[in-house]
Amino acid sequence: MAEVVVLSTDSRAAGVELRGLVKSFGSGDSIVRAVQGVDVSIAPGETVALLGPNGAGKSTTIDMLLGLTTPDAGSVSLFGKTASDAVADGEVGAMLQTGGLIHDLSVRELIAMVASLYPRPLDLDRVLEQTGLDAIEGRRTQKLSGGETQRLRFALALVSDPALLVLDEPTVAMDVEARHAFWLVMRRVAAEGKTIVFATHYLEEADANADRVLLMARGRIVADGSPAEIKAMTGVRTIRATVRNATDEALAGLAGVTGVERHGDRVVLACSDSDVAIRALLERFTDVREIEISGADLEQAFLQLTGDTEAAAA
Amino acid sequence: MSAATYTRYELVRTFRNRRFFIFSLVFPLVLYYLIAGPNRDETDIGNTGISAPLYYMVGLAAYGAMTAMIASGARIAAERSLGWNRQLRITPLSTRAYFRAKVLTGYTMAVISLLALDLAGTTLGVTLPAGEWVRMTALILVGLVPFAALGILLGHLLTADSIGPAIGGSTALLSILGGTWFPIPSEGALHVIAQLLPSYWLVQASQVALGGRGWDSRGWAVMIAWTIVLSLLAARAFRRDTQRA
Repeated sequence: MAEVVVLSTDSRAAGVELRGLVKSFGSGDSIVRAVQGVDVSIAPGETVALLGPNGAGKSTTIDMLLGLTTPDAGSVSLFGKTASDAVADGEVGAMLQTGGLIHDLSVRELIAMVASLYPRPLDLDRVLEQTGLDAIEGRRTQKLSGGETQRLRFALALVSDPALLVLDEPTVAMDVEARHAFWLVMRRVAAEGKTIVFATHYLEEADANADRVLLMARGRIVADGSPAEIKAMTGVRTIRATVRNATDEALAGLAGVTGVERHGDRVVLACSDSDVAIRALLERFTDVREIEISGADLEQAFLQLTGDTEAAAA
Repeated sequence: MSAATYTRYELVRTFRNRRFFIFSLVFPLVLYYLIAGPNRDETDIGNTGISAPLYYMVGLAAYGAMTAMIASGARIAAERSLGWNRQLRITPLSTRAYFRAKVLTGYTMAVISLLALDLAGTTLGVTLPAGEWVRMTALILVGLVPFAALGILLGHLLTADSIGPAIGGSTALLSILGGTWFPIPSEGALHVIAQLLPSYWLVQASQVALGGRGWDSRGWAVMIAWTIVLSLLAARAFRRDTQRA
């Protein structure tokens, strides 16, 4: 693992610094180790995706980043300040995963109410237009659809013109069209030079919208790289088939095969290139039956990366 | 950056919330006309020498103001269940300013409730010298402080579902034992219990208008004690709630 070399301690250059974050919930037998040591530096202006399956620790990490949850160990620094100081200075805008909106105000009024709490809010009309809420600015918050609610919550995160924008699974309640529109706005915001951290469990979202992807599994960051690098890592495919009289050595020797697992005659081949591997398999073992080829889903890929094969098989 | 705009929208929300409005404004008014209306000619209620419309006007003024105050703080329960308080914690709004807005809203609703009852009283022929009215109103406003803390406490202890019945139950109990509905006998167990309740002294404050003496040293001591205890409990409930989140 590469050590991070700190070249400068200039606080102006500091972005998001998470050091040794640990957080557990509960106690005794029912203890949940949600985050088990997260170290990340995010430079100002970067757009970073926190990618991982449910339960990977994304939300807990984000809650600690925002100062909503106190870590058991480790520290958070946002632009050289503590999380609560950065929040008090209005430098952080966030869209939390859960959370409804208070009732009895119109869309515009709620944005104005939240905007009034910040030192340098954006122009209300601009925010309404940017988030596509201008057409429904007079509607009461309790009358909004799921997608409209998400857009309003996005507007609330944007209105303070924050240096850091944090979004926890922002597109969760949106349909395809709304999702598309949402990321269009996001990319425009990113182009303004804001630092953006968003959590998602969609590889495509991370791929299309982030400069950098942090892959999280079981409370740790298991990979940190460009979207292309992460895609290559998680692009593993699996061939499942029933093969008689095949030895592990013979199977492992097939072109394109990187791993072999066997349960009697049933074999599971992890492949770097499943097209090559399936041809080789059929050529070598003519009585192969019940073939299935599948792309490894993210969860499997994560578990492979964490080396936890027992849980991967379960 | 100003909490004034935030507070203004809090008030706007409160006025638009029909259930809240009916509960803390219309309900005391309806009760007043139901109880005092048929007895409007009763000039000496319970041998106190006070007319029924005046007696119930001040009693229900205390009740209405208390309900408005508790209900305002208790709206925190609904905001908590929505997750809105988490959203506010990632804004520069301080906890102090958040509570201040809630208490200010509560006071506004309480004052409106008081004025509505006063107005209702005049329709049943009640007249009050301005000086007495001012003294009564001022003391009621002071007497609402422990109820502000109680509202915030309930808002952090209860859920959005249980808060309605909890407010209804606690205000009913507090007002009965406080002497809103009938005069508390001047001796006996009920008298002893009532004197330990903040609602009793709130009703005493309202009865300044009936020639009451307001609060003696015991009254001030009980009110201050309740304010301290409820504020500490509310602060603890708030801390527990934010740590769990």
